[in-house]
Amino acid sequence: MLGFIIQRFLQAVAVMAVMSVIVFCGVYAIGNPIDIVIPPEATQDIREEAIRRLGLDRPLYEQYFIFMGNLLQGDLGRSFVYNIPVLELIGGRLPATLELVLISVISAAVLGVSLGIYAGYRPDSWVSKTIMAISVLGFSVPSFWVGLILILFFAVNLGWLPAGGRGETVEIWGVAWSFPTLNGLSHIVLPAVNLALFKLAMMIRLARAGTREIMLTDTIKFARAAGLAEGTILRRHLLKLISIPIITVFGLELGSTLAFAVVTETIFSWPGVGKLIIDSIGVLDRPVMVAYLILVAFLFVTINFVIDLVFAMIDPRLRQGATA
Amino acid sequence: MREPILSVSDLTTHFFTRAGVVKAVDGVSFDLAKGEIMGLVGESGSGKTVTGFSLLGLVDAPGRIVKGSVKLNGTELTTLSDPELRARRGHEISMIFQDPIATLNPMLTIGQQMRMAIDAHEWLSKRAADARAAELLTQVGIPSAAARLRGYPHEFSGGMRQRVAIAIALLHRPAVIVADEPTTALDVSIQAQILFQMRDLAAEMGTAMVWISHDLAVVSSLASKLAVMYAGRVVEQGPTATLLRDPRHPYTAGLISSLPAMSQPGMPLSQIPGTTPSLLSLPPGCPFAPRCDRATKACGTAPEMTMEDNRGWRCFHPVSAFKEATV
Repeated sequence: MLGFIIQRFLQAVAVMAVMSVIVFCGVYAIGNPIDIVIPPEATQDIREEAIRRLGLDRPLYEQYFIFMGNLLQGDLGRSFVYNIPVLELIGGRLPATLELVLISVISAAVLGVSLGIYAGYRPDSWVSKTIMAISVLGFSVPSFWVGLILILFFAVNLGWLPAGGRGETVEIWGVAWSFPTLNGLSHIVLPAVNLALFKLAMMIRLARAGTREIMLTDTIKFARAAGLAEGTILRRHLLKLISIPIITVFGLELGSTLAFAVVTETIFSWPGVGKLIIDSIGVLDRPVMVAYLILVAFLFVTINFVIDLVFAMIDPRLRQGATA
Repeated sequence: MREPILSVSDLTTHFFTRAGVVKAVDGVSFDLAKGEIMGLVGESGSGKTVTGFSLLGLVDAPGRIVKGSVKLNGTELTTLSDPELRARRGHEISMIFQDPIATLNPMLTIGQQMRMAIDAHEWLSKRAADARAAELLTQVGIPSAAARLRGYPHEFSGGMRQRVAIAIALLHRPAVIVADEPTTALDVSIQAQILFQMRDLAAEMGTAMVWISHDLAVVSSLASKLAVMYAGRVVEQGPTATLLRDPRHPYTAGLISSLPAMSQPGMPLSQIPGTTPSLLSLPPGCPFAPRCDRATKACGTAPEMTMEDNRGWRCFHPVSAFKEATV
């Protein structure tokens, strides 16, 4: 097991190193931030001074090594636009995204897997058919449209829930969170539902397909022949047997939603990182873009690593394969 | 005859598919005494396995038992509610499957799976349950059983996994075990070991067995009586020795003459021409008639079971009787 962890760690380092080169080169290939950051009426002297101060006069590889040197000391640079450390900028936005995404992805997974198992267990009942019909909607209706309709219906027409913003926040360990207050929670509901719909549909489909397949296997038949109650069979046999693809997709969805919840954050004016990155791209704020993309890569590598550990925990065959 | 522990009469299981009604089991009847082993023989698709599932009430939709009765220890099983039936499954009647790799859950330890099977029917402390599980594993021939309870199925060989499955089926000392070709997936030396071990265990516990197999040779060394199935029906049944020596139904006779032991060395094995008919479109009358060289016009109607002493057959032109008639 230890060998497996070390091996995965080295892989993660390699992925991060490659990722940093690609991101760095990619971002530097598009546009020239000087045109945006420095006012056009500035004199040539001020211009050159600014370029030197931002380090843009050096060749690309030098810029890269300076960046990496700073990165290893925990310094991701300063935003061109806000002139504050990037880490501070992202750190201030991340909790908002984190709470929104975690709430929506986890509830989508719990609800989706339950509904999916039901739909797979009783494929012919009208309840299952209704569930599947709703899941088709979740797949096919565009997310931005659902967001607008949610606002129109629940915030404008009914007036039950707020249309945007984070509401009241509570400071925990110096970070502002919305979910502990009732008002904050009411602000989370609509964007969370908006984000969750697609994932819910996917989880339903995955769980249903897995359930239908597993319920026909001899494992289930043998458990029934041994007199196990249906509830026990679903909880102890089925749930484990369908878990691998569900956990895989859960991890991927968690990562991509954390990184790219842009549309929902924009619609509900949720001050998360998604909105920050879009703004930064607009003004070519290179340090923010680079730092953000590297953080996203780090996020994915970490999530995948955790998922591999979870796999090894629940499936003994993978555990053995990992040590071998 | 002693009071039967399992009494099946006119058991009929149909599958209602889109393509039509599949008559997988069509009027099967037999009795099984305490500790008795019956071989249920037939080709693939003859309805043996569905018969086994029907006995335990495990037929999946779109199939269901449409008529007939299964009496276990005097209790009619076909009319029981699901919870009542579940309480008997694994407790009074259990089943072993063909492929031991598919039956055990790869993600749970042997101990967990055995404890679940124990918990389904009685309340035991974890320690007592483990002790019971280890005892059964030892009985089916698994060495250092207590330690192996912590093992996962993939750490066991095929033969060992089947032994675990057998141990699970025997946990509550059921009155009847339905064994659905449990040795087919194993190699020959292990087959024989498990075969005779099961016979001894069944005798020891007084458990009756329905041994489902396509292999007449395997079954005949084990079972005291046989039922031969063809296209969902039992075409011949009776004591093993009698049936092998003196088959009446042409299909049974064909099965016996196609046994490798019956052929001349160097000569091709004899075989029954043709294939099993589709259960969706059975010919009217005797389903074996299209493959039978003795078929006449009379075979256009289905023959009833002709009973004689302790045996019976469904044929208008039984093999030996025909011989006597022409002599």
